[in-house]
Amino acid sequence: MMSRLILLIFIFPASHLACHVRGSRNQNGERLGVEPASEVTAEGRAGPRPPGGRWSRGVPLDCRGAYWAKMAAMTKALPRRLVGLASLRAVSTSSMDTLPKQVKIVEVGPRDGLQNEKNIVSTPVKIKLIDMLSEAGLSVIEATSFVSPKWVPQMADHAEVLKGIQKFPGITYPVLIPNLKGFEAAVAAGAKEVSIFGAASELFTKKNINCSIEESFQRFDAILKAAQSANISVRGYVSCVLGCPYEGKISPAKVAEVTKKFYSMGCYEISLGDTIGVGTPGIMKDMLSAVMQEVPPAALAVHCHDTYGQALANTLMALQMGVSVVDSSVAGLGGCPYAQGASGNLATEDLVYMLEGLGIHTVSPPTPWWRQP
Amino acid sequence: MAAMTKALPRRLVGLASLRAVSTSSMDTLPKQVKIVEVGPRDGLQNKKNIVSTPVKIKLIDMLSEAGLSVIEATSFVSPKWVPQMADHAEVLKGIQKFPGITYPVLIPNLKGFEAAVAAGAKEVSIFGAASELFTKKNINCSIEESFQRFDAILKAAQSANISVRGYVSCVLGCPYEGKISPAKVAEVTKKFYSMGCYEISLGDTIGVGTPGIMKDMLSAVMQEVPPAALAVHCHDTYGQALANTLMALQMGVSVVDSSVAGLGGCPYAQGASGNLATEDLVYMLEGLGIHTGVNLQKPLEAGNFICQALNRKTSSKVAQATCKL
Repeated sequence: MMSRLILLIFIFPASHLACHVRGSRNQNGERLGVEPASEVTAEGRAGPRPPGGRWSRGVPLDCRGAYWAKMAAMTKALPRRLVGLASLRAVSTSSMDTLPKQVKIVEVGPRDGLQNEKNIVSTPVKIKLIDMLSEAGLSVIEATSFVSPKWVPQMADHAEVLKGIQKFPGITYPVLIPNLKGFEAAVAAGAKEVSIFGAASELFTKKNINCSIEESFQRFDAILKAAQSANISVRGYVSCVLGCPYEGKISPAKVAEVTKKFYSMGCYEISLGDTIGVGTPGIMKDMLSAVMQEVPPAALAVHCHDTYGQALANTLMALQMGVSVVDSSVAGLGGCPYAQGASGNLATEDLVYMLEGLGIHTVSPPTPWWRQP
Repeated sequence: MAAMTKALPRRLVGLASLRAVSTSSMDTLPKQVKIVEVGPRDGLQNKKNIVSTPVKIKLIDMLSEAGLSVIEATSFVSPKWVPQMADHAEVLKGIQKFPGITYPVLIPNLKGFEAAVAAGAKEVSIFGAASELFTKKNINCSIEESFQRFDAILKAAQSANISVRGYVSCVLGCPYEGKISPAKVAEVTKKFYSMGCYEISLGDTIGVGTPGIMKDMLSAVMQEVPPAALAVHCHDTYGQALANTLMALQMGVSVVDSSVAGLGGCPYAQGASGNLATEDLVYMLEGLGIHTGVNLQKPLEAGNFICQALNRKTSSKVAQATCKL
């Protein structure tokens, strides 16, 4: 998975893994690293590195033939370079008893990552991104969001995206839905799995979807019944589990109550989101301790934002608590509408790096038919 | 800066109201952590553009107001190798030295030690590595030969009543040798401790480590050296620094090196991010209910100041989130 994820870095060079070790040789004279690739500008030509030596977080707004030819060349080159990277890496041998043996990564870049970007990303670029992620070994890629374009203009092309992506066997492509109308549109466009969003905060729920938590459950119940009839899986998200921009501290008991409700209504998995990234590992532990008394760990995921740089540490704590599903966003895409300039979601590349170092298997789908000999 | 400073407290009040402090029993975590601020030395030393002496002094003075107890001020190495640190004597003499704060300086050899003491240093740091190749390339000798050099320094330091902190580089991986055995790290650390270093900082120099490797390494080292004498020094090259630091805290380490604004870089990975950012570290420790003595607002201001001087963006996520610039 790592090689394919790293390929994506050259499109969205924001994660730490974008900067490879370079220049050194080991005792056998083998090169240990790779020269960093030159920056690819939105016009598709290789350009100079931006000032300061750091790669920008820019997302190319268009794709040109020359750019993709360059991508193909880089793809060919990657396996050799990763041998260099792998030779630096040790995998833990200590008994990490409480860590899961494998972790399912839910890639939310195309949805959570893109939805707050001001510049509208074209439909072909979104489709290409998802298709590239489909080759990465991920088993879940959240493709888009069937919300009103009035609220989230970036996701206005939801139906075209869902219809346009390649759907590989063994990979699911859930889509966000805010209500029954969105659910029906998603199903009409071919969705087989949907995600619904609640919160552990009354104020946040009120401001986000203009109702109370209790009222939101009634709406979701209607969706879940319809989903059950249509044999559509539903994933639940609980926002603000470690803090709320309006209420401040959130009690673990409240998170447990909301999560339990989602589980009992029929969500097969509930993703617990530190929406504004304020959480720290102890709070994560407190929250999960409460939730795990109500919902089996296997049905839980964590969704950490890196607004205050805590995402990976919080995720590590969640793994130590027994969570084995983690949401992340390629290139750490995303942001925080409550903290201007803040960083976004946990970066998929950085997460995979840690998991591989911990000796944790990151689940891959079966080999697609067109790749089989 | 004045406008930003006025704006900061209000934002941090907002931030404080969002913050919960852990109530769960985090039995293995230390109750307090000493933060060793390495920004003025490790953070600046690789910067191409020379930072002026007054700016360096101002940075250290601002950090002195943060509640930090250790601020690594400069490095008495030859300007030929590290031009950024050429003004080491002026910096050390020019900073305000607050009671209760130590200002160690890096020294490569006995000559550097003597110059540091002449300039008023009360504590020095020496650098070894857990990798033969890295030691060879860095200081042009074997690990064993480096011990002989350090022994001379430690003897001189003992006579002059100067404390010595040891650094072991490449503890989780080496740009030349690749994997580094925990046993080797333990051997080098034990040697430093037995020679007289009061504390040894274990550095993931190129940031390749992950929490399991940190645990393996510390397990080996802690069989040879008491945890209280250990520190960790994590680079964020692959985004692992805070997670690795959390693991170290869970293992019983209670001293952590960090760099304001996440300054620093990696000469082996162009464009890579630098040290663990002090602001992000303090944020986590406060949330864990661990006492640091640091007022988060102050490193934020210092980070803001040095990033403006360097004309670069901060690498601290906390700083990015709390400043609209």
